[in-house]
Order: sequence, then C-alpha cells, then structure tokens
Amino acid sequence: MATLSSPVTIDVPKTGQGGGGTRPPAYGGGGDGRGDGSPDYGARLRRLRLGLAIGLASVTMIFVSLTSAYIVRRGLPTLDERTNTYVRDWIPVDLPITLLLVNTALLLMSSVSAELARRQITRQAALAPVRSIPGVSLGEEKGFPWLGVTLVLGAGFLTGQWMAWRELADRGFYLATSASSSFVYLLTATHAAHLAGGILVLLYAAAVSVLHKPVEARRVVVDVAAWYWHFMFLLWLYIFGLLWFMR
Amino acid sequence: MATSATIHSHAAPQGFIRKYIFSLDHKVIGLQYYFLALVAVFVGMFLSILMRVHMIWPTAVLPLVGEIKPETYLSLLTMHGTIMVFFVLTTAPQGGFGNYFLPIQIGAPDMAFPVLNMLSFWTTFVAFVTILAAFFVTGGAPLHGWTGYAPLSALTNSGPGEQLGADLWITSIAIFCIASLMGALNFITTTLDLRAKGMTMMRMPLTVWAWFITAILGLLAFGVLLSAGILLLLDRNLGTSFYVPLVVVNGQVMGHKGGSPLLWQHLFWFFGHPEVYIAILPGMGVASQLLSTFSRKPIFGYKAMVYAIMAIGFLGFMVWGHHMFMSGMSPYTAFAFSLMTMAIGVPSAIKTFNWLGTIHGGRVRFQTPMLYAIGFVSLFVSGGLSGPFLAQPVLDIPLHDTAFVVGHFHLIMGVAAIFGMFAGTYYWFPKMFGRMMNETWGRVHFVITLIGTYCIFMPMHYLGMAGQPRRYSQFTELAYLQHLIPLNTFITYAAIVTVSAQFIFVINLFWSMFKGPKANDNPWEATTLEWITATPPPHDNFGGHTPVVNHGPYEYSVPGAPRDYVMQTDPATVASH
Amino acid sequence: MGLALLAIIWLITFVSTYFFVAQTWWLPHGASTSTPWIDHQFALTYVLMGIVFVAAQGALGLFVWQYRDQGKATKVTYSHGNTRMEVIWTALTAILFIGLNLMGSPIWASERFAPADADSVPVEVTGMQFAWYFRYPGADGKFGRTEAKLMDPSAGNEAALGLDTTDPAAKDDVVTGTMYLPVNRQVNLTLRAVDVIHSFFVPQMRFKQDAVPGLIIHMHFTPTEIGDYEIACAELCGLGHYKMHGMLKVVSQEDFDKWLATKEAEKQ
Repeated sequence: MATLSSPVTIDVPKTGQGGGGTRPPAYGGGGDGRGDGSPDYGARLRRLRLGLAIGLASVTMIFVSLTSAYIVRRGLPTLDERTNTYVRDWIPVDLPITLLLVNTALLLMSSVSAELARRQITRQAALAPVRSIPGVSLGEEKGFPWLGVTLVLGAGFLTGQWMAWRELADRGFYLATSASSSFVYLLTATHAAHLAGGILVLLYAAAVSVLHKPVEARRVVVDVAAWYWHFMFLLWLYIFGLLWFMR
Repeated sequence: MATSATIHSHAAPQGFIRKYIFSLDHKVIGLQYYFLALVAVFVGMFLSILMRVHMIWPTAVLPLVGEIKPETYLSLLTMHGTIMVFFVLTTAPQGGFGNYFLPIQIGAPDMAFPVLNMLSFWTTFVAFVTILAAFFVTGGAPLHGWTGYAPLSALTNSGPGEQLGADLWITSIAIFCIASLMGALNFITTTLDLRAKGMTMMRMPLTVWAWFITAILGLLAFGVLLSAGILLLLDRNLGTSFYVPLVVVNGQVMGHKGGSPLLWQHLFWFFGHPEVYIAILPGMGVASQLLSTFSRKPIFGYKAMVYAIMAIGFLGFMVWGHHMFMSGMSPYTAFAFSLMTMAIGVPSAIKTFNWLGTIHGGRVRFQTPMLYAIGFVSLFVSGGLSGPFLAQPVLDIPLHDTAFVVGHFHLIMGVAAIFGMFAGTYYWFPKMFGRMMNETWGRVHFVITLIGTYCIFMPMHYLGMAGQPRRYSQFTELAYLQHLIPLNTFITYAAIVTVSAQFIFVINLFWSMFKGPKANDNPWEATTLEWITATPPPHDNFGGHTPVVNHGPYEYSVPGAPRDYVMQTDPATVASH
Repeated sequence: MGLALLAIIWLITFVSTYFFVAQTWWLPHGASTSTPWIDHQFALTYVLMGIVFVAAQGALGLFVWQYRDQGKATKVTYSHGNTRMEVIWTALTAILFIGLNLMGSPIWASERFAPADADSVPVEVTGMQFAWYFRYPGADGKFGRTEAKLMDPSAGNEAALGLDTTDPAAKDDVVTGTMYLPVNRQVNLTLRAVDVIHSFFVPQMRFKQDAVPGLIIHMHFTPTEIGDYEIACAELCGLGHYKMHGMLKVVSQEDFDKWLATKEAEKQ
C-alpha cells in the first residue's frame, strides 16, 4: 500500500540508537511494517540470507569442479613413453596431518565463537527497542567480544595453513611437483582465499560497530557473515577429508 | 512478504557521478551494460569483417591493419568469439534488459542488492578493458580460439600471442566469471524475494522467467569456468600439469607430464553448453512477450512455456559431451550425451510450436518489435534444425569442426539472439527514453539484416557438408576446397553489406533518443507492469506506490473486457486469469 | 507488411531448400565401407529435418499474413492454449528426435565400439605442428620405441617422431609423409599427437578423429576405391592449421606391397 505522498524515495531516520530514538523501528515482523518508512530489518535479513544461500551454490560449484578434476586425475592412467603403456602416476602427498588437525580445531572453535557472536547480537537487536525507552537500561551493554575471538582464530587458521604449505615444501612437495601436490595446494589455497574474504566481512562487521550504525543493521551483517563462516568450516572438513581419504 | 519500499532505503542520488557513473539504480546499470555491449558488438563485427576479407584475399594489405598474417587471423578469430559470446550475448540480454526490466516487471523498486549490481557492472567493464589490452601487448592477442583448448592454450610457445596475450585473455574471463556470478545472485534473489503482491511465479511475464532461469544457469556454470581458467593459468605460469602431458614443441621437450587435455574440454564445455542457453533464453522470453503483445492474444500454453524453459535449463547441464564426440572420449559416453542432446530438442520444439500457436488466430500488428520477434522464430527454426545433425555422433564425424557448426551456432547465437536484442530495443525504447524509434528505418534495418544474415550463415551449412574445416585462415592449400571459394566470396560480400546496415540501427537509436516523436506511457497497449510506470520510470519505478497484481501477463482480447488488453494491475473483476 | 513477410520468409525457405535438394555443394564422393551407412543416415536426417523446416517456416509466413490485423473485422480467438495438442506434438517430436538418434547408433557402434580386425593394416598416424607422419611397423609387425628427447622435426620422418634407432623393433619401421593403404583392407590406425591437439580428417573416407597428446587412440576404417584422397587437420593447432594437410593414396594390394618393399629397401 502506498504510504508516501511524494514520488521520491524515503529518507531513513536512524533508529535503535538507544535513548533519543524518534520512533520504534519496524523490524522482524515482515509484511508492510507500519508504513513509517523505517527499514524492515527482518526482511532485510531474510533477503541477505537468501542471497548468501544462492551465492554459496556458486562457491559449491567451484569446489565440485575441482573435486571432479581431482578424482578423475587421481584415477587416470597416463602414457608412459618408455613402455608405451598407460600407468598410474599418482604419488600420495605426505600431508602434515598434525598441523592440519590443529588448524581444523582452530577453525572449529572459530565457528563456535562466530555462532556465539551471532546469537549475542541477535539478542542485542531484539532488545534494542526496550533500550530506546527513555530511562530503561539493561546493564551490560558490552558483551564478550566473540566477534574478535572469531577473527583471531580465523587469522590463526590462515597462519596455520601457511605453515602447512611451508612444511609441505620442506617435505619436497611444491605446487608443480606432482599432480597430487598441485591439487593439495590448489584446494587449500582456494579455500583460504574464500576464508580470507570472510575475515574481511567480519572486520567490516566489527568496524560497523565503531561507526555507530544501528544494532539491527549490524546484526544482519554479523548473522550472514556467521553463516558464511560455518559454511567455510564445513567446506574445510570436506576438503581435508577428500585430501586424506582419497590421497 | 515485505515490500521493498521499506527495505530499499536510499534516497534518489544527486550529482553526476552518483547518478550516472556509480549509480545504484538498476535502470542506469542496465543501460550501462547495454552500451558496453553495443561497443563490444561493433568491435566484434569489425573483427569478423577483417576475418572474412582475409579468407578470400589472404595477401591483401588493408588500410589501418596492414597485412593479416595467418596467426593474426587466428587471434582475430579468438577475440571475435570471446568478445561476442561474453561481452555481447551474456551481457546485453541479461545484464542490459534483464537489469532494467526484471524489477519493474515484478513490481519491485530495484534489485535486491543495488550495490552488488553496480559492482557487477564495473567488474564486467574491467574484464572488457583487460581483454582489449590483449591486442596491444607483445605477441598480441591469443590464437587458440574462444574455446581455448589445451595444450595449445597452455603452452607459451605454441604460437604467437600465447604469452601475455593469452594470460590477459584468461584473466579477463576469470574477472567476467566473478561479475556474472554477482549478477546471477542478484537476479535470483530479486525474483524470489521482491515480487509485488499478487505477482505469483505463474503470473510472471515469460521475460522474467527467462532471466530467472538464465541466472540459475549462470550461477551454476560460471564457477566451473573460473576453476578451469585458474588451472590453465597455473599450467601456463607455475609449471603444473593439469592439462598438459609430456609434449614436444618444435623439438623442445616441455617440462609437463601426466596432464589431460580432455580435462580442459570437460570443464570448459560443462560451462560452455549452459552458456549458449544463457545466450538464447532471454531472447526466447522477449519473443514470447512480443508475439503475444503484437498478436493481441495470450501466449499459447504459458505453463508449457515455463516448463520448457526449465527443461532447457536443466537438460542444458547434461549435454556438454556433444562438443566432444571426436575428442577421444569414450564412444559409450558419446552415445549417452547424444541421447540427452536429442532430448533437449523437445522443449525447444514445444516453444516453437507455441509461438506459432500464439500468432494463429491472432490480430497481428507489424510494428518493428514484432518484425524482429517473427524473425527470431524463423532464425531459431533454421539454426535449431541443424542441431539434430550434429547431435548424432555418426553424423558428427563428417561435420565436426567444419563450417556446418559455424553456420549452426551463428544462426542461433549470432543472429536469433541478436534479433531478440533488436526486438527488445525497439520495444522498450519508448519506456526507457520517452520517444519512439523511427518505424521506416526500423523496417529497412530488419529486411536487410534478415536477408543478409541468412545469406551469410545458411551457405555455411553447404560448405561444412562439403568438408570445409573451420578456423582456416585461407583455402589455398587443399584442392578439394577450391570449388568452395566462390560461395565463400559470396558470404564475405553479404557480411560487408549486413554489417554496414547495422549503422542504420545505431543512427536510428541515437537520433531517436533526442529527436524521436514523444511516446506515451504505453504505446504498444501492452499488459505487463513496465507499462504502468511513468516514462521514463522514476528512481523507485512506481512513484512510491507498490503495484498490486490481479491478472496474468498476457490477457489480450479477453471476451467482455472494455479494451483488447487487460493490464496486470487492472481490477480483479475483469478477465479470468 | 504481412504479405512482405510471407514473401521474404517463403523465399528464404525456398532458396535454402533448393540448394539442399540440388546438392550444389555436397558431401564429397565417399570411398569407404562406412560411406553408405553414414550417407544414408545423413539423407534420412536431412529429409526429415527438411520437412520440418519447410513446414515451420511455411506456417510462420502463412500465419503472419493470414492473421494480420485487418481492422474491426479481425476476430481474435482468446485462448491460453490446447493441452491435447501440446501433448501430441511433444510426443511426436520426442519420437522423431530420439528415433532418429537410435537409428544412427548401430553405425556408431560398428565404427567405434568394435576394435580393428585381426588382419588389418597397422599404421601409426602422428600429428605435430604442422605435418602428418605415417609409420608402418615393417615385417616384425611391431612399432619401435620413440622418445621425446630424440624428436627433431627439422630432420623429418624418423627423427621427427623421435624414433629410437637402437631399438631392434625400430629397424624396419617405415616413416613417410604420404599415407599408402591397400584397397578393401581395413586399416588399424594408431593416432598420436606430439604437441597440441590435431584432428585426422579424411572427408572421402567419412573419417575424423582428434589426435590428442598423451593419448594413443585406436580407430579403423576401410577404403573401397583406389585413388588419392586429401587429409585435412580439423582441430585448431596453431598458425599453420590451414596448411597442415597430407595425402592418402589408396592402391591395390600389390602396389602397396611393392611400395612398402621399396621403402624398406631404402632403409638398408
């Protein structure tokens, strides 16, 4: 239903800022809101989650194609010119398992902390209208910095992966050493690149709090980033599993 | 579901940069894509004229470009294909018209993610600049064809242009993949989440269905091309052997071993086949829309049309091996792909029957958009029917990699899809620019282009049957090709005339933008939502109101209705859908 | 305009069909055992597709003229379609397309599923930028070893293939730039490529197969007429792709034996 008389789009007042907010925000309830022009954060969250799910389908396709190349190459006999016959030339890579397991643990913990950060800010966003009532305070405005923990653990994972690559090189497995080593570097580096992207988004979420955006807006960013982060963890489990069980 | 008015909360932009350069408005972005594609298509056509001239007069020295050596011919060919497929056929129908009209046709004020939309255009732009750069580096543009088969594309010494030029080519394509994935995400989310009240999926115009399914194809296919390209860059620059086995180039043993050239083909064509459906589906949507509008009749079999688009999209992922019948792939696998390929002919045929069924019993108006829609059907029939030849592996033996294939895909991608673009341009021009394009020059352009493109591409079927291989820079070396030179010469002259005629279109386009007769909001008396907006539509499309939809998209000539068209937002008391 | 459209569409259809029917430019004369089968399947396909082509284009041209807007007199049939017709023409199309494909599949099977006959002539075909080489195994029936580091294309023939002359099996191998085959005997081809993908295409034998580096591909065909047949490369392989051609000479069995004996003698 049309609620505006002018044909120009809405100028959004900042809501949910605690104390001096002008109107209670329309959020979460979906539908048309109350026609007061404030952003419908619930709908925005749903839309971004939908967008994320769709985007993850394309990321999945990248790893599906790499997996398919991996499996085929692993089983593919290649022509040996000395004997003029096809032989399998797949050399299993000596993976630094301990280091990779440590990295996996780091990523698992970061997924847990990301989920805690997500739930924490969901609560904060739910309570924002209460806080905007003048005179009401809920105390503990600042919770445990789960987002920061996630960032540190994520950076730790990436550092650990770097160390794993150094260890592989020490063991004589470089990118071009063999087909198997090429795939190890390729799969882990592609995953790491996507994880680094996730870190950038988390940094943005953290920065957004400094920029005093409304908590509902921050919640949407952290929520979607956390789901992405969980996907990156599951993706890592899959890649690790592939490289280990199909070595 | 939430209306977007409450989510879409940025004010109309001020200032030239925010309004026209880094605009977040899907309409501006759509025009940006459209004009990028317009530049690209003229670059691509220019390259093709150089190619055709060289094929007939191999020793000619041309103004500006000088003598065209065999390797230069191949780099013209490579860039022609790449620029046309990516920067014209994937950009204009989807990024151009899809961006402009999908939100409006579903009653939304913009795309789901306007910032992402802006980024996806500028990423496409960067990709375009990157590929043009390949012409200017040492060695020039690559010579390995738009299909870039390894090891030819994976070895830096396999020919001139295969050094930096090839790396730029791959990089450009990788950037394009990312841009397309961003766009696909936006289209799908928008279609699923931003439809106005009453706009159910089965009331969406067929143009929206086409853009939606095309976006799904892109979402699932471009990631695979990205992977393929990364592997190729690694083989070329970092010594890996994904695609390259032990090879000897000109006596020099290269350092690769164990790689599989067929891996490139599988990855490339897994993307490549959906890509050709990405190129044609939007045109099919436009054809359906226009045939219905200009026949004053509902589309024949709306549900079947929707299922057919879905079937084409789905089956499109299962037929890639038909590009590889001669590749050394297992003949059993070839048989399986061949069956799937014949199957995909069925939904295409359904659509053709339904287009004919739409015109049958109608009241046909012959304004220029309709001429192009009719031309689209004719060209799709012609190009489509050479498919069953190629789909049979045993007939692919004489026909693979001959001019027959070139004729087949040009009739569909190079002409029918472009006719979809022309149709869309003449149809939506009044809404975008508030003026009409010139009808007379539109007809002249149509007649010359229709006859001209048939003269160029129909003869290629005969040449292919006679055994003329494709990608030959000249025909001087094989005796059995000599008698085909006159027909090749005819094609070259037809190409020069037809390409020249495209200037009529461009002049009409730009002249009409400023001097064309003013148009009202609904010059074609059409039913879909873009025709209820102001002309051109305001920043949020519907002027602060959100449309409510009560009817399907093609309610023409409804018995008992006051006019011969019922708009989708007309009150529910009129018509049956 | 309706009449003009009808005229243009029907004219285009007529001219296109004419050249198909008149076979002005056509498949070259075939000279192999697979020719009758392939040509028959080709003819069947083009007749059936031709009928669909003429019918569809004809209907298109007819309808746009027949149902043109003639003012108030024109009546429109309001209809959303006809499900029965949809089902019928979908079924017919499926039967036509899939039936056509299944009809061609026995030919494909016999060409590609079955290995070469026991008494076929073994020939190895190697493609490299930008020439074809043909190797005959000689009296011992065995192809000698080749090695990448021994390849020297500038020296031609044996050296281009990198033939290891220390291998006893290589001593009687004959390498030429022209392919000789005896008529009416199947040839057992071994296709190889040295650098990039090439494709061995002999139009008059109705034969084509890509030669892929890293793969040894076995194929066969049987020439049925004596004559000279051009070989073209049918996969883009670099700047010399257009001039990478060879010649196949099909001769009588005696002439073939004589030729081979001469070549063997030259090696001594």
